[in-house]
Amino acid sequence: MSFTTQETIRAILTDVLGLSVDQVAAMDDDTELFGALPELDSMAVAGLLTEMEDRLGIMIDDDDVDGDMFATLGSLVAFAHTKVTG
Amino acid sequence: MTPPTFLTYDFGGQSEFCLCFGERHAARRIIIIPPVFDEMNRTRQMLVEVMRTLAGRGICSLLPDLPGFNESLANISKQTVGTWRQALEEAAVQLNPTHIVSLRGGTLIDDVADRPILRLAPVKGASLLKTMLRSRLLADKEAGINSTIEGLMASAESGFLELSGYNLSDEMLQSIQDAAPSTSCQFQEIALADIDGTPLWLRAEPQDDARMSAAFADKLDVWSATCAK
Repeated sequence: MSFTTQETIRAILTDVLGLSVDQVAAMDDDTELFGALPELDSMAVAGLLTEMEDRLGIMIDDDDVDGDMFATLGSLVAFAHTKVTG
Repeated sequence: MTPPTFLTYDFGGQSEFCLCFGERHAARRIIIIPPVFDEMNRTRQMLVEVMRTLAGRGICSLLPDLPGFNESLANISKQTVGTWRQALEEAAVQLNPTHIVSLRGGTLIDDVADRPILRLAPVKGASLLKTMLRSRLLADKEAGINSTIEGLMASAESGFLELSGYNLSDEMLQSIQDAAPSTSCQFQEIALADIDGTPLWLRAEPQDDARMSAAFADKLDVWSATCAK
């Protein structure tokens, strides 16, 4: 069985930001990320992008990366989903 | 609690630091090749706890500094992946380990002696470099500077490129880009899931993981006992 994009993004948030599984499980699409999570700084964003590429098998153009993409969990999953489905 | 001993090995006219736990002449002596750049800092506490546990079981472990990292006085901008490998070859001769363990970027340079190798979460150099270039790109963006990966790489040709606080030469960047774990040596590979681990090297701040350290030490104990040299 393969993980959904949503599940993979949640696992990456746990691993990269060191958030607890409970904290990530409690998030929904409207949960704010960038600016709301102190763990999510530019270094962490770089790590997130590389992990997303590795685990989802996608390529992310750095020109595509902006604050809106990391605004909420929903926006991040939506971005990843467009890359996964091509 | 077992106290560490502080060893050195000589390379390039300098003495490089090597942390050591356990009896120096124990039957099993494991040299740990740490991750490189920031990832080294973020995993060091976890590794030291592994070493402490191994010492309690009569296993010696060694954690050498690579030139340009940690206590090393060597200039990082004069290093390449090749000089790191040469340093480790020297360390292996002088410190005489029986086993080699490597993590992340350390797996790029672990084929330095004819010893059994265990790798945790190996990574290609290109992937390490990309993450560092990205964080520089994002930091520049926050500072209102519009840079590109191509532009950053080109800047190293006429001097250095600063990534994660390290001044890296064009030769270094190229050597990281081209580096991959060797497949022509005797090695085993384990994944984080095998030791109940979390990728501490991805974190913004250095953290510890006692459960991971304990499970990793267990794994190294069993592995090193079954593949004697």
